[in-house]
Amino acid sequence: MIGNDNILEVKDLVKWFPKKAGLLRKNVGYVKAVDGVSFTIRKGETLGLVGESGCGKTTVGRLVSRLIDPDKGQMLFAEDGKDNNVDLAKLNGQELKNIRTQVQMIFQDPFSSLNPRMTVKEILEEPFIIHNMGTRSEINDRIAYLMRAVGLRPEFISRYPHEFSGGQRQRIGIARSLTLSPKLIIADEPVSALDVSIRGQVLNLMTILQESFGFTYLFISHDLSVVEHISERVAVMYVGKIVEIGSVEQLYTSPKHPYTEALLSAIPVANPEIKPKRIILKGSVLSALNPPSGCRFHTRCDYATELCKVVEPLLEDVTTGHQVACHFSGDLKLRGVEMFSVSASTG
Amino acid sequence: MNNHSAKLVDIIDLKVSFNSLRGVVWAVNGVDMQIYKERTLGVVGESGCGKSVTASAILSLLPKPQAQVSGKILFTDRKGITKDIVTLPPRSNAINTIRGSEISMIFQEPMTSLNPVFSIGAQISEAVLLHQQVSKSEARMRTIEMLSKVGIPSPIKRLNEYPHQFSGGMRQRVMIAMAMSCNPSLLIADEPTTALDVTIQAQILELMDTIKDEYKTSIMLITHDLGVIAAMAQDVAVMYLGKIVEYGNVKQIFKNHLHPYTEGLMRSIPILGQRSSGRRLVPIKGMVPDARILPVGCGFASRCPYRLPICAKAPPMLEIESGYHVRCWLHSKSHQKVEEKVEVIAV
Repeated sequence: MIGNDNILEVKDLVKWFPKKAGLLRKNVGYVKAVDGVSFTIRKGETLGLVGESGCGKTTVGRLVSRLIDPDKGQMLFAEDGKDNNVDLAKLNGQELKNIRTQVQMIFQDPFSSLNPRMTVKEILEEPFIIHNMGTRSEINDRIAYLMRAVGLRPEFISRYPHEFSGGQRQRIGIARSLTLSPKLIIADEPVSALDVSIRGQVLNLMTILQESFGFTYLFISHDLSVVEHISERVAVMYVGKIVEIGSVEQLYTSPKHPYTEALLSAIPVANPEIKPKRIILKGSVLSALNPPSGCRFHTRCDYATELCKVVEPLLEDVTTGHQVACHFSGDLKLRGVEMFSVSASTG
Repeated sequence: MNNHSAKLVDIIDLKVSFNSLRGVVWAVNGVDMQIYKERTLGVVGESGCGKSVTASAILSLLPKPQAQVSGKILFTDRKGITKDIVTLPPRSNAINTIRGSEISMIFQEPMTSLNPVFSIGAQISEAVLLHQQVSKSEARMRTIEMLSKVGIPSPIKRLNEYPHQFSGGMRQRVMIAMAMSCNPSLLIADEPTTALDVTIQAQILELMDTIKDEYKTSIMLITHDLGVIAAMAQDVAVMYLGKIVEYGNVKQIFKNHLHPYTEGLMRSIPILGQRSSGRRLVPIKGMVPDARILPVGCGFASRCPYRLPICAKAPPMLEIESGYHVRCWLHSKSHQKVEEKVEVIAV
């Protein structure tokens, strides 16, 4: 069964979306959005899930929160207060509804994820009503407490979402996810739609809330700097597969997969004196409709050999806690991020 | 900014305001900015700081009569004649010969800035035919040449394809091909890579750099991403609330950043490789004030951690060293004296 420290163990998760075309909407193939993904999240940590658009990271988040149903695979979740684990993939009806109090989601776009016709109070009390929890005064106390916790004035609860700025709306979205004291929060690009100065405020808020409430984040983002900042462990996805997973230090300083190396080198560094030699990948992310044979990255990889075109590499341990899906992970000398001192940029 | 090449654009005291139903919006409030030949000027700032409006003013794209523009935008064309763009009548020949031919622009969303009902070949050759005395077949040759220059494989075949048949990165390449087709002396790039994935962003930034060297074009690069600025720009202008608050070359800005807003920007985002600095960011407090109600003194005072009593008065642009300007009382030699007086009065 699931390890003691883990809150979630995902095993061989698969989700294929049928692609229909033509007059009769015939099925012409499958978009293999998530194609055999396995990872674990430990209690109280933040696991960053990074990748480019179309790699399936959002689908993984939606599968874990069961907004969509997986085709195959297990998602073992250590339910609060129970010894045995539940498989999120198998839940239905009332069981699924109950588990939603413990698995919550924060969305990317604070403009479309809040109902414009509900006041903040209605938005925040809806979870209690749905789950039939708490008395009137308990709910009101909890809402006022949450408003303060996310840095909003409790008097604002009778306002509508349009009366708030983007950063404030994202705070409301965070407060909503916290209403029922969840154990696992899936944050799907929570700061991508925010301005630079607001992004820092929301990231700090998310860290502070985690420290005080002790929940676990699955933090989905395309921004490797943000993920480095907030996560303890990071998983890199490419066309429906996890290609590398490890601690932040392992992955950023000594990446073992060529895709991770290229991603890291592609980030412009906010220091004009550091001009790292960028690895410019050929082409763009391949469509998950027709993933290539063998290693899915071989069409863009500088190190690819004949073997890579035929045999698909499996996710294997290279060091403790660091897994890579690459045939040559042991032989390649890959460049990570140089850790430079803070004084260089704040001085 | 004295020891390098000639000025291409000299903006003097540019002010732009918009009449809206809910009052006058002061978008740009006295911007002085120079773009030099064959150099890249990076303009950084958050949404609403006036950076895109400044760019639109250079191309005289602002809607009249809603927008009131004052000040001067002196542009020196290929023949060495200097014109003030602000005084050119809209839809006149004078502005049409500059727009597209001397100055061209690429936008953030390559999806919406291309016309979906025309093939990309037709859209690029339209620009060529408008501005150059060439036949249709010559325009076609020029289009093919541009498409191969920006790295679109098999350009003759793709000429007849429509925007939806291209990926985001490829569309941005088409935009660049269109913008460069008449060999402009200034390319304005408004958030050119914000909508793209990191590996595609690296490709486009590299392409812009090669194009700039080959065509000896100046670039005005508008972005909120400090990493992109550090990688691309030689000169940097930091904008806040319609004003330039700090202006200098890229090394001065990134090493010193004397203005509290620039410092705040640098400290509020996670920077790759700086995780050792702990998990807390130092974001800027509060948010950008409403551009309909301009603060009397320094626009940043309400969010500034170093606020002084004198900040109630608008700070002048101070020259710290040759070509390096900061709009902040903290760096004024006279401020200490004024400050003492203020304190005496306060006592």
